[in-house]
Amino acid sequence: MSQVTLEIRAISGHAGSVPGAGVKREFEVCKLIDTTTCIGCKACEVACLEWNGLTFSETTFNNSYQTMPETAWNYWNLIKFNEHERDDGSLMLLMRKDQCMHCEEPGCLAACPADGAIVQYANGIVDFQQDRCIGCGYCMTGCPFNIPKFSPKARKVFKCTLCADRVTQGLEPACIKSCPTGCLHFGTKAEMKELAENRAAQLREHSGFANAGVYDPSGVGGTHVIYVLHDATNPEAYGGLPKDPHIPWTVRLWKSPLKWLGNLALIGGLVGIFAHYMRFGPKIVKEDEEKLRQGEKQP
Amino acid sequence: MSESQLFPDGQILRYSFYERFIHWVAGVSYLYLLFTGLAFWSPWLFWLAVVMGGTTVSRELHPWAGLLWVISVLLMYRMWGSEMRESRADKAWWGGIRHYIRNEDDEMPSVDRFNPGQKLLFWGFFWCGIFMLLSGLILWFPNWIPWSLRFLRYFAVIVHPVAALLTIGLFMIHVYMGTAAEPGAFGSMIRGRVSRAWARELHRIWFDQIVGGGSARK
Repeated sequence: MSQVTLEIRAISGHAGSVPGAGVKREFEVCKLIDTTTCIGCKACEVACLEWNGLTFSETTFNNSYQTMPETAWNYWNLIKFNEHERDDGSLMLLMRKDQCMHCEEPGCLAACPADGAIVQYANGIVDFQQDRCIGCGYCMTGCPFNIPKFSPKARKVFKCTLCADRVTQGLEPACIKSCPTGCLHFGTKAEMKELAENRAAQLREHSGFANAGVYDPSGVGGTHVIYVLHDATNPEAYGGLPKDPHIPWTVRLWKSPLKWLGNLALIGGLVGIFAHYMRFGPKIVKEDEEKLRQGEKQP
Repeated sequence: MSESQLFPDGQILRYSFYERFIHWVAGVSYLYLLFTGLAFWSPWLFWLAVVMGGTTVSRELHPWAGLLWVISVLLMYRMWGSEMRESRADKAWWGGIRHYIRNEDDEMPSVDRFNPGQKLLFWGFFWCGIFMLLSGLILWFPNWIPWSLRFLRYFAVIVHPVAALLTIGLFMIHVYMGTAAEPGAFGSMIRGRVSRAWARELHRIWFDQIVGGGSARK
């Protein structure tokens, strides 16, 4: 992966051209998470905290392995534990590493009004630039995966960077590095997709998981983090992984047709007002004082 | 109507100091909301946030300015709400709107203190204000809205700009009418006074009440 650079492909809230759009040949990176070989050891969570130097927060206990309810502004990578009862009555403990999915069509970036606060690199990584972030939280509304989290202290939004800093140096993300079972893989999107499909086929043919498959949702143009699931027909069982994620329709309506209709109406209004003044001019009140005075008794 | 509404020089008090003060609290806060809001509306106008004190500052102050604006709108509701109610004559006024636009005001039916267009402006601002308050509270604290209630955020991001665009339309007409299109109107909102001819021609029913009442007491 030494070819990876940080050429920028898309910029949030940006008017004008984008420096790295379609200029260089680049591999698109991808993280593959095989939920079928995850043992829930949380080494990836620790590695993420360590590499990114995040502050510690208190854990909670709810009679399960789940010691944090969801990802947080200072906790970007979290395994979601789910007890799942199968049709034959047997129990499965589903474990899914939850983090930013690095969508090909990121809802956070579409919703963001701040110039350059969210960028998408040519390699597919979606990264937040907190120095440009205004803390409005629109990214939280645009994201279909509940990933961007607001820090009340910094008053900015944070999330997984896919270790963009490591990736530019030819290193794999910290979570991948730490995984003891090899359930995490990192490479090009094409390589990872192939590996994932092979693993899913193996699960279907040899392990009795007839519905095993790859999670790479097309509703957001595919993602740069993909999963192998025992049952790809029921991703919700894995801690609320959406079956058909897409950018919320109100966000799309607001950012596309409404924007253009609104701009047209604003410009049309200004033109109309100016035209009215040129055509009809002001309402001149005839200062017919004398007539008025005759009409009423003045003091 | 009281005698104090008639000045010795023949001018008439149209807006009290309190009315003018509240109007300008709304006006100034609306301008701040307009410029910062437009910055968040379009990347091509994001520079407005820089002018208004910085991008992060604009995001922090926009909701507070919004609260101030909503409070002033509610105070306007208290002081003008009853005068803004639709009356039976309004329909005829709207029927002749063509003449109003063409400045053929002789053709228009007499109106009270506020004409039906001003009433529409008032209720437009009032209801859009309510919708912007409700959606704005959600947008102010998105991190307080749990994931299970995310539909509230989905609606807020569309309700807020739609309501804002409607008020911008009203605002443009209001500013035009209050400055260039109707000489005398701007002064009435600064010093509160209008000439007798202005009042008689544009707000006949209101004029008759004041002058009639005023003369009767003499």
